[in-house]
Amino acid sequence: MNNLEVPGRLHSWDVSTGVDGPGTRFVAFLSGCPLRCLYCQNPDTWRMRDGTATTAGAVLDTARGFAAFARTTGGGMTVSGGEPLLQPAFTRALFAGAKELGLHTALDTSGALGARAGEDLLDLTDLVLLDIKSWDPAHYRRLTGGEVRPTLDFARRLAARGTPVWVRYVLVPGVTDDPGDVDGVAGFAAGLGNVERVDVLPFHRLGAAKYDRLGIPFPLRDTAPPDRDLVDRVRDRFRDAGLVAY
Amino acid sequence: MTTTSVPAAAGLAAWRGFRGGRWRDEVDVAGFVRANVLPYEGDGAFLAGPTERTRHIWGLLTEMFPAERERGIYDVDARTPASITAHAPGYIDRDRELIVGLQTDAPLRRAIMPFGGLRMVENGLRAYGYELDASVKEIFTRYRKTHNAAVFDAYTPQILAARKAGVITGLPDAYGRGRIIGDYRRVPLYGVDFLIEAKRRDKASLDEHAATPDVVRDREELAEQLRALDELKAMAASYGYDISEPARTAREAVQWLYFAYLAATKEQNGAAMSLGRTSTFLDVYLERDLADGTLTETEAQELVDDFVIKLRIIRFLRTPEYDELFSGDPTWVTESIGGMGSGGADGRTLVTRTSFRYLQTLYNLGPAPEPNLTVLWSPALPEPFKRFCAKVSLDTSAIQYENDDLLRAYCDDDTAIACCVSAMRTGKDMQFFGARVNVAKALLYAVNGGRDEMTGAQVAPRTEPIPGDVLDYDQVMAAFDRTLDWLARTYVDALNIIHYMHDKYAYERIEMALHDYPVRRFLACGIAGLSVAADSLSAIRYATVRPVRDDTGLVVDYRVEGEYPAYGNGDDRADSIAVWLVEAFMDKVRGNAAYRGAIHTQSVLTITSNVVYGKHTGNTPDGRRAGEPFAPGANPMNGRDVHGMVASALSVAKLPYAAARDGISLTSTVTPDGLGRVDEERIGNLAGILDAYMSVGGFHLNVNVLDRATLVDAMAHPERYPQLTIRVSGYAVNFVKLTPEQQRDVINRTFHGVR
Repeated sequence: MNNLEVPGRLHSWDVSTGVDGPGTRFVAFLSGCPLRCLYCQNPDTWRMRDGTATTAGAVLDTARGFAAFARTTGGGMTVSGGEPLLQPAFTRALFAGAKELGLHTALDTSGALGARAGEDLLDLTDLVLLDIKSWDPAHYRRLTGGEVRPTLDFARRLAARGTPVWVRYVLVPGVTDDPGDVDGVAGFAAGLGNVERVDVLPFHRLGAAKYDRLGIPFPLRDTAPPDRDLVDRVRDRFRDAGLVAY
Repeated sequence: MTTTSVPAAAGLAAWRGFRGGRWRDEVDVAGFVRANVLPYEGDGAFLAGPTERTRHIWGLLTEMFPAERERGIYDVDARTPASITAHAPGYIDRDRELIVGLQTDAPLRRAIMPFGGLRMVENGLRAYGYELDASVKEIFTRYRKTHNAAVFDAYTPQILAARKAGVITGLPDAYGRGRIIGDYRRVPLYGVDFLIEAKRRDKASLDEHAATPDVVRDREELAEQLRALDELKAMAASYGYDISEPARTAREAVQWLYFAYLAATKEQNGAAMSLGRTSTFLDVYLERDLADGTLTETEAQELVDDFVIKLRIIRFLRTPEYDELFSGDPTWVTESIGGMGSGGADGRTLVTRTSFRYLQTLYNLGPAPEPNLTVLWSPALPEPFKRFCAKVSLDTSAIQYENDDLLRAYCDDDTAIACCVSAMRTGKDMQFFGARVNVAKALLYAVNGGRDEMTGAQVAPRTEPIPGDVLDYDQVMAAFDRTLDWLARTYVDALNIIHYMHDKYAYERIEMALHDYPVRRFLACGIAGLSVAADSLSAIRYATVRPVRDDTGLVVDYRVEGEYPAYGNGDDRADSIAVWLVEAFMDKVRGNAAYRGAIHTQSVLTITSNVVYGKHTGNTPDGRRAGEPFAPGANPMNGRDVHGMVASALSVAKLPYAAARDGISLTSTVTPDGLGRVDEERIGNLAGILDAYMSVGGFHLNVNVLDRATLVDAMAHPERYPQLTIRVSGYAVNFVKLTPEQQRDVINRTFHGVR
C-alpha cells in the first residue's frame, strides 16, 4: 500500500512545545489503548472506534503546515495516544512522512505493545518517550490492568539497538510514590545506557471533566496532586541512580 | 537634507573618539549609530544590580502608587495649560536624582492639555473630583478653539452616526493623536543649536516657492518647530542645563535625550507617546565613558535605571471612558531594542550591552508595563541575547517582540515602533493615527441592509437586507463588500478631518522639530473584530446559519447548525477568509485619498478595546453572543483555537504584512509548563518559538508566561500583586489596574499549556 494511503484512527492533533519531546512538535494523538491506567487524563482516547477514520496522508498534510516551524525550534513530530503501537502500520507511515519533511520523530508509548513495533518502524524513530508506570508487577497490574514485562522487554530492545529514550514516570501520591517502585524503575533505567532523561510528571486532575462527559467514574477523583517536596524527593531518587531527571 | 556645521570646539570635544563622517555635517543619527555601534554577542553576566540610590528613588515613587491607584490620579494641576515651559522644575529627590525633569512641578502630578480638547480635560478633572480653572475654560471656549471643537465643526452626519453606533471607534478627535516619535537622540548628538540651524535652512528652502496653501502651512509649521526648539532649551535651562551644544558624557547624553522626550510629553497627551530606539544610541556614550574609566558598570546601569524610572512616571489626564477602552493608564513609552543592521554587508547585530541594560531594569526595579520594552527579533540575533530576552519574558511577561526582518525589509535598520506595532523610520516617518473600524459589526450591517443590530438605526446607506431562512454566502459577501466600501469611505473622511484639524489646532511642534523636512506620512487605519468576522463568514459558508429576525425584520440573532472551521487552527478554509478581509479592506481604504498625501496603512490591533467593541456588537453568525468580548488584535477567537499556541500563531502569520503595515498584533499566554519542564528548557523553547514565528512571517508576539491561578488570585487579592505585569494586545499593563471585566476577559482567554 502507498504510505500515504495507510488508514488509521486519529483522536486529535496538537502543536505543543516542551512537553512531547524536544522543541515545538506536531503531535498526533491516535485512538485506542490496551491499558486502563487509574490516573489516565485522556479516557476519550481509550477506544479506537471513537477516533476519526483518516489516512497517514491526510494527517501529514496538516503536519506539513507546521514542519518549517518545528524544524526551526529543534522540534519535530510526536505520535502519541492512546497507544500508538495499537496502530503500528499507521504510526510507521506517519514517521516515514515525517522523515520526508525533515522532522525529528518521537514515539510516545507505554511499551505494553512494544513487540508490535517492527524494526522498520524503529528505524524511523529518533526518540522513544517511554512510560514506565510502575516497577512491582502487582502494582503495575493494579495501576494499569496490564503487565509490566512487555514494557521492560521493549526498553531492553531499544537499549540494544541504541534508540534514545526519555523515561516518563507519572507521580501519584499513594499510587506510584512507593520508594521501592521508584528505585526499581530508576535502577532499571540507569542500567540501560540509552536513557537520556527521566521526566517525573506530577499527577493532575485536569481530565476529570472528560470522565464526567463520558459518564465513566474517575478512580482518582479525590487524589490530590503531589506536593513539591514529594516531586523533588522522587526526582532525587532518579538522580541518585545516575540519571538526568526533571 | 541640510548641511551645516556645529561650532568646531564643541563638536570636537563632544564627539571625541566617534567614527564616521557624514553624520557630522548633517542630521543623521542612523548614520552615527551605524558608524559607532559596538555589537555585543555575549550574555548578561556583566550586568549590575540596583544601587541603594536607585532603590531609594524608586521607593519614594512606589510609596505614592497605592494612593494613585486608589484615587485614579495622584494629583493634577488644574490651572496651568501645559506647554514645554509652563511648569516650574520638579524633582523626586533633587539631591539624589541623576537624571532630572518632570512633566509638571511634582512627581505624578498631571497636567491639563486643553489644545486637544476641553471636554477631555473637564471630564477627566471631574472624574477625580477637580474643577477646571474658570479662566482656562473661558480662554479655551471664548478665545481659543480646540482640536476637538474644530473636528466636530467639520464632521458629517454620516460620520457622527457611524461613530455613535461604534462601527468607527476610538478616533483621536478629543485628545492628542500620538504615535509620533520625535528623534530625541538628535538633541544629545548635535545639541539644539545645530538643529535650529538645520531647521532654519529647511524653512529658507521654501522662500522662493509661491505661497500656495501647502507652502504656507509648511512655513508656519517650521516656524513653530523653531519656537519649540527654543522652548526646549529654556526648559532645560530651568533645570540648570545648557543643551544648546552636544552632550559630552553619557550622563549628559541621557539627560539631553530625556529633556527632548520630556518636552514632547509636556505638550502632547498623545494616545501613545513612544520613545523610539535609544538604547544602542546611548550605548555608544556609555561605552566611551566606560573605556575612559570615567564610568563603572554599576554607574552605567544606574543611569539607565534612573532614566527608566522617569519613563515609568509619565502620566496623562484622561477620562474614565478612555480608560474603559485602554485600561491601566497606558502611555506607550515604547522603546525598540535590538535588531540587526542592514547597512553593511556583514549584517552586524545592533544588540549592545545597553540593550541588556534596558531589559535589566525589569529586574532592578521590578516588572512594569512602561516603558513598553519591545525587542526587534530576528533569528540572526546573537543567541545569548535571545536567551536573555526569553528569560526576561519567563520571569516578567513584560516584553513584546516584533519581526526585525520585516521591519528592515519595509523600513530600515533605524526603525522604531510607536504604540504597540506601528513601525516608522525614526525621524523620517510620522503617522496620522486612525484608531479602527469594527468589521464584525460591518458584517451585521451587511446582513441588515445598513441598520444597526442593537438600535435598529439606519447607519450605513439603506440596501436590501439579506433575505431567506438560511444565509447565502455569496449574497452575504456581495453585501459585505458594499458595506466595506461605505465604511472605508466614511472612515477615511473622518480621519482626513481629524488630522487636518490636529495639524491646525494641536500641532506636535517639538516632535516634528525632531523629524526631517519633508517628512513621510502614513494614514494609519485599523480594523477590529477580524476573528469574529472571519469565523462568521466561515460559519455562513461551511455550516448552516439561520437568521433570527425581530418584528421589524431586523436580524438580531443567528442559529448555527453544524460545524465550521475556525480561524486559528492552521485550516486554510478559515484562515484564507481572514487574509481576504485584511487585503480587501486595505484595498478599499487605499481607494480614498488621504490628507497630505499620506500613505495608507492598516493595523490589526485592538489593545484592550476588544472588550468594549464586543459590548457594542450584537449576536454574530459565529455563535458569539451579544456583548461578549472580541478576541484582541489579530488573535483567533477565545477558545476556538484548539490546537495550541503555535498552531494559532501560524494562522495569524498568514495575514500579509504588506496589507497591514501598521502592524498585526498577536497576544499569547502560555503556562510555564507549556514551554518545558525546567527554566533552561523553557528559555530555549521560547527563543525557538520566536525564531520560528518570525521565520514564517509572523509580525508581532506578546508573550505572557503565567499560571491561570496567579491571575485568579491577583483578582481576589490585588494588594499582593502591585507589579504583576501582563501583555495585552500590543502593550503591557499592571493586571490589578484593569477593570474587573477586562480581568475576566484576560483570564478567560485561551491559556495554552499542557493537555
